[in-house]
Amino acid sequence: MLKIGVPSKGRLMEKTFDWFGARGITMRQTGNDREYSGAVEGIDGVELVLLSAGEIPRELSAGRIHLGVTGSDLVRDKLADWPSQVTELAPLGFGHADLIIAVPAAWIDVDTLDDLDAAAAAFRAAHGHRLRIATKYHRLVRDFLTKNGVADYQLVDSQGATEGTVKNLTAEAIADITSTGETLRANHLKVLSDGLVHQSQAVLFLSRNADWTQAERATLAALAARVDVAPPADL
Amino acid sequence: MTPKAAIRAEAETLFAAFRAEGAVPVEADILQPAETLLDLYGEDIRARAYVTTDPLRGEMMLRPDFTVPVVQAHMAHGAEPARYCYMGEVFRKQDTAGPRASEYLQVGFELFDRTAPEQADAQVFALFARLLAPLNLRAATGDIGILMAAVRGLSTTDRRKAALLRHIWRPHRFRALLDRFSGRAPMPAARAALLHHLQKDSPEALTLAAGTHVGLRSPEDIAARARALIEDAATPPIAAPEAALLYDLLSLQAPARAALNHLRGITPMLPAIAPAVDRFAARLDALDGFGTDTATLPFEASHGRTSLEYYDGFVFSFHATDPALPPVASGGRYDALTAVLGQGRSIPAVGGVIRPGLVARLKGAV
Repeated sequence: MLKIGVPSKGRLMEKTFDWFGARGITMRQTGNDREYSGAVEGIDGVELVLLSAGEIPRELSAGRIHLGVTGSDLVRDKLADWPSQVTELAPLGFGHADLIIAVPAAWIDVDTLDDLDAAAAAFRAAHGHRLRIATKYHRLVRDFLTKNGVADYQLVDSQGATEGTVKNLTAEAIADITSTGETLRANHLKVLSDGLVHQSQAVLFLSRNADWTQAERATLAALAARVDVAPPADL
Repeated sequence: MTPKAAIRAEAETLFAAFRAEGAVPVEADILQPAETLLDLYGEDIRARAYVTTDPLRGEMMLRPDFTVPVVQAHMAHGAEPARYCYMGEVFRKQDTAGPRASEYLQVGFELFDRTAPEQADAQVFALFARLLAPLNLRAATGDIGILMAAVRGLSTTDRRKAALLRHIWRPHRFRALLDRFSGRAPMPAARAALLHHLQKDSPEALTLAAGTHVGLRSPEDIAARARALIEDAATPPIAAPEAALLYDLLSLQAPARAALNHLRGITPMLPAIAPAVDRFAARLDALDGFGTDTATLPFEASHGRTSLEYYDGFVFSFHATDPALPPVASGGRYDALTAVLGQGRSIPAVGGVIRPGLVARLKGAV
């Protein structure tokens, strides 16, 4: 049975169902709308697994699902060396969000990463600790800042309401997902002009760690033809 | 013998060789306070070291190297001069599958001596070269001190020099800064716009107008940096010939004696590097004295700039032919680190580590 992991609620689930539906594969929740079980029609040998979007990268990595729909940001952040573990089969064209670095709008002297780095050095000298950046995307943000040569910062974990950490004095800057920027503005923050860490969207991923038997390869080929994507040649 | 036993046997042999040089064995805790290492190396170390939480002591790290605990031990109760050796596992997270181990033995040797630093550099290098000679490794050497002296000698503001020195270990950032300070890269549009506004309004007024102030970085912090930007904008670019010398130095790569001749040639145009070049010359003489052929010894002025950021003078490493393998041995001088950890005290220090796992592998023992 080819297992496909799909976000278990909300817009991501609906949009995923729509995307497959438009390609002749009907996915639906079975039982009442609070029950996390689903059915797939229009193709044989596929089992729907409803999961939290945040857990789908881990399930792909563990090989407990063969395919999974989740944000490209989550896969990059949660999986080390992600291209060796999963393959992007298709971007799905929804769930768009940008992972950005934002600082207080009152920081007139900071517009670029270069400025952030210089401000961090001065901040550390004046305040005795490294400039704190609140985020839940530790790997993505750290890799991005390392690549851009930003020093004298520290990441502090924030699993929600990240925009409020600056006002609450638990961080000096943030790195978070934004789509319209309204929450940032409401919290007196602005995005750095070169502070785009990752442009995320929902992606159909294939697990390279799953057990791909003859039957599942055949199902994958049929599914890939229906949704018009090419399965990886080296699977 | 199992691979682990073979590697340990190799480590014991190297450790005995260091002890035979009069080095005192030191032990270090495997669990090190994370804060000290994070403050030294920055957030990057978190990606490379295993971080764990102790219910009473807070964030701890599985030791990523021995240098910090050895320096701390020396600063706490060491006599001078001192030479230390150690043997034990270090732990480094690996983000990609490959031949790099995440847990491996290190055998190290450190020399703390105020009297003749160049002699000490040469002595450590010669010792490592002798122990590794049967493996026919490729040696690489460098000297961050020359680059630092060149930056300190630039005819520009202290602020610019400090910015360059702060990024001396980050070649990409360093070059971007140098490009900007020497006028090769244009000023970002937002910076130009800010400077334009600052001609009419004070930083305080502009900050107030920019919106509600939030966070710990105060309006005074913002104003101070805005004034620094005004000062920087009024500073002429680093003169082209001076910048050219620095670019030249960054790419200098030659056998050590030839590199020395080249450096002697540019010293009249960059007199600030003279003392560092003299030290380089003294080191080469000392190396000759230990039987190293400095006419063929490879030298790169930028060698060691991407490793953990504490070397500030002589740096060296020994490499196997397989480029996928990490260096078999590496080391260098880290005087500044002892000052940071010594809280006011410091001592010239040089040392290095060997990976017995790689030695055993290259010998065909595992």
